[in-house]
Amino acid sequence: MMLGRTAASLFWMSRYMERAENMARLLEVGHRISLMPGAIEGHRDEWRSTLLSAASEQTYSNKFDTITGPQVADFLIFDESNPSSIRSIIRTARNNGRAVRTALTRDVWESINTTWNELVAVKASELTPDRLPVFLDWVKQRSMSFRGAVLGTMLRNENYYFSQLGNFIERADNTARILDVKYFILLPKPSDVGSDIDTHQWGQILRSVSAHRAYRWFYRNSGYKPWLVAEFLILREEMPRSLLFSSAWICTALAGLSALHSKRYSVHDQAEETRDRLRNGRMEDIFQSGLHEYLQHFILSNNQLSRDIGATYNFP
Amino acid sequence: MQDKGGQVRSPYLRVGDWLKTLTRKDAERARQEAENRFRRQGITFAVYGDEEAAERLIPFDIIPRVFAASEWRRLSAGIEQRVRALNAFIHDIYHRQEILRAGRIPASVIVQNAAFVPEMMGVDPARGIYAHIIGIDIVRISENEFYVLEDNCRTPSGVSYMLEDRETMMHLFPELFAHQRVAPVENYPSLLRKTLESVAPAACDGEPTIVVLTPGIHNSAFFEHAFLADEMGAELCEGDDLFVMDGALYMRTTQEPKRVDVVYRRIDDAFLDPLTFRPDSSIGVPGLFDLYRAGKVTIVNAPGTGIADDKSIYTYLPDVIEFYTGEKPLLKNVPTWRCSDTQSLTYVLEHLHELVVKEVHGSGGYGMLVGPTSSKKEIEQFRARLKANPANYIAQPTLALSAVPTYTASGVAPRHVDLRPFVLSGDRVRITPGGLTRVALKKGSLVVNSSQGGGTKDTWVLED
Repeated sequence: MMLGRTAASLFWMSRYMERAENMARLLEVGHRISLMPGAIEGHRDEWRSTLLSAASEQTYSNKFDTITGPQVADFLIFDESNPSSIRSIIRTARNNGRAVRTALTRDVWESINTTWNELVAVKASELTPDRLPVFLDWVKQRSMSFRGAVLGTMLRNENYYFSQLGNFIERADNTARILDVKYFILLPKPSDVGSDIDTHQWGQILRSVSAHRAYRWFYRNSGYKPWLVAEFLILREEMPRSLLFSSAWICTALAGLSALHSKRYSVHDQAEETRDRLRNGRMEDIFQSGLHEYLQHFILSNNQLSRDIGATYNFP
Repeated sequence: MQDKGGQVRSPYLRVGDWLKTLTRKDAERARQEAENRFRRQGITFAVYGDEEAAERLIPFDIIPRVFAASEWRRLSAGIEQRVRALNAFIHDIYHRQEILRAGRIPASVIVQNAAFVPEMMGVDPARGIYAHIIGIDIVRISENEFYVLEDNCRTPSGVSYMLEDRETMMHLFPELFAHQRVAPVENYPSLLRKTLESVAPAACDGEPTIVVLTPGIHNSAFFEHAFLADEMGAELCEGDDLFVMDGALYMRTTQEPKRVDVVYRRIDDAFLDPLTFRPDSSIGVPGLFDLYRAGKVTIVNAPGTGIADDKSIYTYLPDVIEFYTGEKPLLKNVPTWRCSDTQSLTYVLEHLHELVVKEVHGSGGYGMLVGPTSSKKEIEQFRARLKANPANYIAQPTLALSAVPTYTASGVAPRHVDLRPFVLSGDRVRITPGGLTRVALKKGSLVVNSSQGGGTKDTWVLED
């Protein structure tokens, strides 16, 4: 038995910590591309693509007329008026954690609290471009410390399952977004497909989910090929940020809840349908029907699943 | 720590020896370590309207305050007497009002009091207890003389600091505890739970379900709310988590609604139930008060207990104790002038520079004048406010408060303290040995409130 609000806070706390890591990864990729002078003629809109992947282009353009690296970085890291900035994300995660301290182990709470305490000590003026990578690494490390504390110390009860649901719904959303936005926005002309720049973009997509080495191990002699990269991030359960992996974990967490409560709801079927479709999916079909459409559909149904879980378990 | 002859008093012998060997470096390191600990765990309090430091640490002093068992026994007897009288008084005020009929307190002081809740008239709470958790602020004037400064009968805070201060001391200086028997305080949460269970509604069969009701994470004492819920194994609820249905209180869970029997509320009376009290409040539970009146749920502390800790009532407490116990009060009140009284007002206005003047309904050290440390200008400004609304103020002499050794920027130095022991009333009265010692960190200052920069220290009661 637990409060619906407690479940909601655990869910959102984990969602936001996962989001913080993702934001750091996106910024890292933007930063890396920006460091390659002239390597990609006519494609210097890496910061716009970063804003798009972060679903923050609109809020940014409401505030600024031009897109510059330092401005985007500041907006996505420190800006308090931007609900998607790393600072806002971590503040929200911590507020959720604070509201349900009683449901957290000491390690989980101290991890998230330390992250916040250290973050508020970082001054925007000190975060020059040369220090950006170190800072982004720190964000990723803190997110991993949080996840490690959750995995290592929380009882496998409701608290844990709701936290996992938030974690993997967010991750699925992030991976689908990166794949979609990066591919369809960064690539300007059909003639670029298969070119150096195309290969380079796929490399960056992999990098943004820390999977470029894993990809090489997994596919051995293949270079970066769009259908393989897409397959890796959508259909391979071996890849811990793939849609299938995330979906399978959502089902595991829901199954945990259903075992604890001795109750099964329609969200369970909904989640399992998605997972089974991914398990039986084939890249040919996905490309055939359009990758963009496929991913858009996934993002929408993932959001719907999130709302339905909330309604099922009485999130206020 | 020392008696009049300058000798270290016996309860302090060990601490005195320890202080002689404590180097500045060790002390500084311990202080730093304690601060890190509090910061890491998020043991903070929020300051309203202070965006920059939205969450602050309360400074922790590494030198404990010590009571001998015999001192504590005497103090406890006085506290227990007072607490019984307070509960009897509240019961009487909301029933026959014998004390008013007997003319011991003017009726106007009660009826016109903002803390008086007419809706409580005739309500019979479980075991007749109204104030289940009371924090009594006590100051020591000399070795054998204690005065009560204030009774906190609504939702007294600070118990989490009492517990965390002890944890921190045991962590920093385990050897200090090894050499003497310091009475434990860590069973407070389980005693609190027992107390709350013992006042469950009569209709509740089986183990009562207890919740802690908080206004939420922005409340200054949120840390304490979460801490107590956690330590008691009770759910920490906000108003939205609770609802009334079919004559019972329930909480919204991830499954079926779960019935609730006892609400340890940490929100003020006015916000408890928008249907009975403030309709604009959104932090309470609609319908809660009607359920309470019907005896279906217990609210701890009961609504309307504030009538007993109001500063205008405080001055009558010696009479209250005598009236209900038939005994002389064991603990004295600080002599107090009621400014509503013309003669007292004249005296107070003439002696402002040597008095402490407080607002009757104020708290947290706000809206007060500390005469001896105020400038002429401040005194004159305060004089005008006092003359404009004398009934709003009481005045007390600045007492020669006892001071205890405290670690300061310039080494160990005496600083003024008060003490808030925590008393639980349910099937019986339980007093935790110790309490929260608050210390004025500024030299000479008498103000110990955390909102005014005061700190805390661990409080030891040595066992025989």
